[in-house]
Amino acid sequence: MRWLGLAIAVTILLAIVSLFVGVSDVSLVSLLSSSAEDRPLQVLLISRIPRTLAIILSGASMAIAGLVMQMVVRNRFVEPSTAGTTESASLGFLVITILAPGWPLIGKMLVAALFALGGTALFLRILRAVPLRDVLLVPLVGIMLGGIIGAITAFFAYRYGLMASLLAWNMGDFSGILRGRYELLWIGMACCVLAYIAADRFTVAGMGRDFTTNLGLNYQHVMWLGLIIVSLVSAVVLVSVGSIPFLGLIVPNLVSLMVGDNMRRTVPWVAVGGAGFVLACDLLGRVIRAPYEIPISVVVGVVGSMIFLFLLLRTRRHAA
Amino acid sequence: MPRLSRPALALILLGVLALISIVCFMTLGAKGSWSFVLGFRGKKLASLLLVAYAVAVSTVLFQTVTNNRILTPSIMGFDALYVLIKTGVVFFLGVGALISIDPQLQFGLEVLVMVAFSGLLFRWLFLGEERSLHLLVLVGIVFGILFRSLSQFMQRMLDPGAFNVLQDTFFASFATTDATLLTISAIIVGLVTIVLLRLMHSFDVLSLGRAHAINLGVNYKRTVVIILTLVSILVAVSTALVGPITFFGLLVATLAHSLIGDSRHRFVLPAAVLLAAICLVGGQTLLERVFAFDTALSIIIEFLGGIVFIALVLRRAAR
Repeated sequence: MRWLGLAIAVTILLAIVSLFVGVSDVSLVSLLSSSAEDRPLQVLLISRIPRTLAIILSGASMAIAGLVMQMVVRNRFVEPSTAGTTESASLGFLVITILAPGWPLIGKMLVAALFALGGTALFLRILRAVPLRDVLLVPLVGIMLGGIIGAITAFFAYRYGLMASLLAWNMGDFSGILRGRYELLWIGMACCVLAYIAADRFTVAGMGRDFTTNLGLNYQHVMWLGLIIVSLVSAVVLVSVGSIPFLGLIVPNLVSLMVGDNMRRTVPWVAVGGAGFVLACDLLGRVIRAPYEIPISVVVGVVGSMIFLFLLLRTRRHAA
Repeated sequence: MPRLSRPALALILLGVLALISIVCFMTLGAKGSWSFVLGFRGKKLASLLLVAYAVAVSTVLFQTVTNNRILTPSIMGFDALYVLIKTGVVFFLGVGALISIDPQLQFGLEVLVMVAFSGLLFRWLFLGEERSLHLLVLVGIVFGILFRSLSQFMQRMLDPGAFNVLQDTFFASFATTDATLLTISAIIVGLVTIVLLRLMHSFDVLSLGRAHAINLGVNYKRTVVIILTLVSILVAVSTALVGPITFFGLLVATLAHSLIGDSRHRFVLPAAVLLAAICLVGGQTLLERVFAFDTALSIIIEFLGGIVFIALVLRRAAR
């Protein structure tokens, strides 16, 4: 518990640093010496605070989505970007952008979530066709399915001249976040709370269908609840920020190395860890080439795939 | 009798199909001066055929050396590595290096790094304990993502001018071709082919696995190093010509194996090359002339290849 407190403290510290890093000068002194109409305060309110909130919300909710997915699919190496979920959400967003460009963002987000749900269900359906499941087969099939769905998306984007927009959505980037452009992410936060409330159910579901049924839980209901949480979070983050690869995979895995697999205990850790990790990566992307920025998906892509490789090779040594 | 001649029959059929698609590609919808049309399309055709050859041969040989039918150079992240090396040169040495260093030397260095990587990968694959195939593929894919992310990272750090020069060097598409690049690639591929023909006799033996190959008198280590070098060169050539296409090799090699029904390389290799040519040339013709799409061919190949890949993996797992 003391360690969790420390992790929260570090994350808060990172968040405060995040508020004061950027091109426009915002410092405590300038804030205190200025009136409400002045530039530093405006920058803080319109840009920095929304951005920092967006980072925390999306980091925490993506990590939780990964955790829920790992429980539901019963595999350590799945998360929205290794199960076709993110790509399906992207396809849904493209479809609705082509069919009904005038819809409000929340409507488009819901359509994206619906597609994400469908894509994830398809992924689970394919997995069910394999009787003997290898741990590593699951993410492999998921990444490939994501590739296929991505190809379909690219095909239509190409036909309708939306290739550039597609690239922009898929590139996770916090630099476009302003007040009024991140609030959907609170839905992701709500999903996190829901995941925490239902944590015990997911823990039980993670032990298998027979076991769950034996304990008197409706396995199907728990599954669907989990998938809906995952799809909503993926769609919300995709629509407001873009995709952030591997986040939902590495944070829960690193946490479970330290804390174990009881979800009631791991949910706070994973949420804090996800937020802190994305904050750190975003700061890195902002500082390394100031005044320009490196998008979060690139930074997380580099750091995340290295950690993923480490996890993969560690498992092997473990198993051997 | 029909059992015996199946590979030959398949090869003849593929040859005819390839010829038809080439003829269609050259002539369909042509207007105006023939000498211009033939010259213009001839260049495109040459690059398509070079890529088809490079991808097909490199994939089949890589599968022979690694002794399985699912791994391919591009799935193991080779073409992403090529892009990374190119980006690294510009990033660390400046855009001047890309222009001032002798292209042959540059190409040689790139291939050297790729051979070193594939050598490491190969050692890790085959020497020491038994690895699960799924682990290998997954590690390869994640390596690919890492290489791509690293390249993107470095590309973001470049100034826009340097970035443009860099992008020109590897994001040519099927539609555009550069005559000098084409000539150089053709010469390289020609040289590779000569070496391959001299080694041809050892491929079938190699595909029996390490122990059998050594037992039958193949200098295993030397042959494997040579083949991996050639594979790296071919991957570099095809990536330089059209950029990375992940699943094309897998698609072609899998189809070739199942069509021929015989694992001897003197049937499989030409079949894979012909299939690749049909896919690229025929596919491009169909898209350009019939459906009036332009460069979406690589997207369609990724789509089909991905499906083949999942089917292969699942069938293996179900067994």
